Amino acid sequence: MSLLALQRDVGTWLRDGSNAAAEAIGVGYRPGLAVYLNNYRAQLAAGLETSFPLTRMWMGDDAFQEATIIHVDRVPPSGWTLDAYGRDFPMTLAALYPDHVEVAELAWTEWAIGEAFVAPDHDIVDAASLSAVDWGRAILRLSPTIRIAEVSTNVFDIWLALTEDRPPPPAQRLSEWRTLLVWRIGHSCQVRPMNAPEAAALGQARSGATFAQLCDILVAANGEERGTALAGAFLGQWLAEGLIIEIANAVQPAP
Amino acid sequence: MPGRTSRPGYFSEMTRMTIAPFAGFGLGLRKPHYAAFLEGRIEVDFVEAISENFMVDGGQPLDILRRVRADYPIALHGVSMSVGSADGLDPDYLERLRRLVDMIEPLFVSDHLSWSRIDRFNSHDLLPLPYTREALDLVCANIDRAQRALDRDMLIENPSSYLDFASADMTEWQFLGELTRRTGCGLLLDVNNVFVSAANHGFDPIAYLEGIPASRVRQIHLAGHSQGEELLIDTHDQDVPVGVWDLYAHVMPRLGPVATMIERDDRIPPLQELLDELSVARRLGTPSLRTAA
Repeated sequence: MSLLALQRDVGTWLRDGSNAAAEAIGVGYRPGLAVYLNNYRAQLAAGLETSFPLTRMWMGDDAFQEATIIHVDRVPPSGWTLDAYGRDFPMTLAALYPDHVEVAELAWTEWAIGEAFVAPDHDIVDAASLSAVDWGRAILRLSPTIRIAEVSTNVFDIWLALTEDRPPPPAQRLSEWRTLLVWRIGHSCQVRPMNAPEAAALGQARSGATFAQLCDILVAANGEERGTALAGAFLGQWLAEGLIIEIANAVQPAP
Repeated sequence: MPGRTSRPGYFSEMTRMTIAPFAGFGLGLRKPHYAAFLEGRIEVDFVEAISENFMVDGGQPLDILRRVRADYPIALHGVSMSVGSADGLDPDYLERLRRLVDMIEPLFVSDHLSWSRIDRFNSHDLLPLPYTREALDLVCANIDRAQRALDRDMLIENPSSYLDFASADMTEWQFLGELTRRTGCGLLLDVNNVFVSAANHGFDPIAYLEGIPASRVRQIHLAGHSQGEELLIDTHDQDVPVGVWDLYAHVMPRLGPVATMIERDDRIPPLQELLDELSVARRLGTPSLRTAA
């Protein structure tokens, strides 16, 4: 048997643990293969426990363990780092708990925090530099640590209570979707909900709109006075929260 | 920095190793001990970090490693290069490791004689290789590629294993000898892994230690293991047992300058307990290091 064929057979054994897979490698190897199978499953389960401690707390140990077993069976790892293995776990939870949407949303929140924790470092905009900005051409460059998701439950309140070691509130569906924002300031990850106008404005800024275009959109949606006030308020808040890493000038279109 | 000079590929049967010798005693950098390493001078000569934990874009882990590096020499020890993969190495992995190596300027860069990944499946375990001519050619080619990508020679660690393939053409120590001769790489000798594999496969650990190319050993791991249902399991969650200390005492007089460390990955005790265990290594290993110097 070639090395490639052997490694494919061992991979099949780890994924399905079947007699057929073990026999393809050799029946005499069964005790050793069992050790590797156990190591494989235990490693992946431990990786999920590390990535999703609050989700585990919310679900309870037994339900979480059942979900990890199902996930390990359904989703073979492909990335070079075990840290990446949990990326699809929120989707597994969404499929397992369609009537408890907060479970998958809580897992997404933890995953987003984990990603923000090791996202690229960056400077933040110095307030003293703002006087030199040409606001007519300004583009807001946002932190690469930002992660955004739409949620339909009070998952933010649940997450906050669990992080503060308080009894969490019961899960509730919200009357309308809400946007959760995750990012990092220094070494500290932040989570907060955004209202619809802010979420829309941040989405525009992330897609490369100039600050002037962003103001126009807010004015069109909210009227001159409120739209202008919102633009100023969002800019101030994003600067204060370290969400803006650079204010660049848009390239002027050719005449 | 222990770097490399330009050299031909492994087909040239290169025998020279360019990894600078380093003698001393160290510990693994583990999360429960981050604060201690950052706050005060710990009595170790070097620290070993798991490469993959720091192959990230930014944030606190990298900041901690940079700060520890300011006070201690660091060895980078990987678990995911998968030098035995029949379909080659992952270029993204090599690129990220190179960035970390350039940033940290480590004493050593090491990984295991094993495979983890095939096609797009990554087991995240150190899976065993059959010690065949085919495997030797493949591992040599992969190590040669990695050393070129990193622009430095690596250390390769002997694994613990639970399978002993009947198709093998040679022993593990013969395989390691050929590997070092053909690629110029050095060895990270894990004495506990020798103990575990010897018990599991019924070979003589002394023959193993006397069969490896002693001049290639630059680093030593000491660890504990557990008794499984039928086999010894390399759990790294126990104190170093007497049998492993005996093998360490046996092999040290054969070696040149080496960096010895206690490798603990689970049930991590207070730092002082590991330092006490390291003092045993110092007592057993220092006379040999003096002779080697």
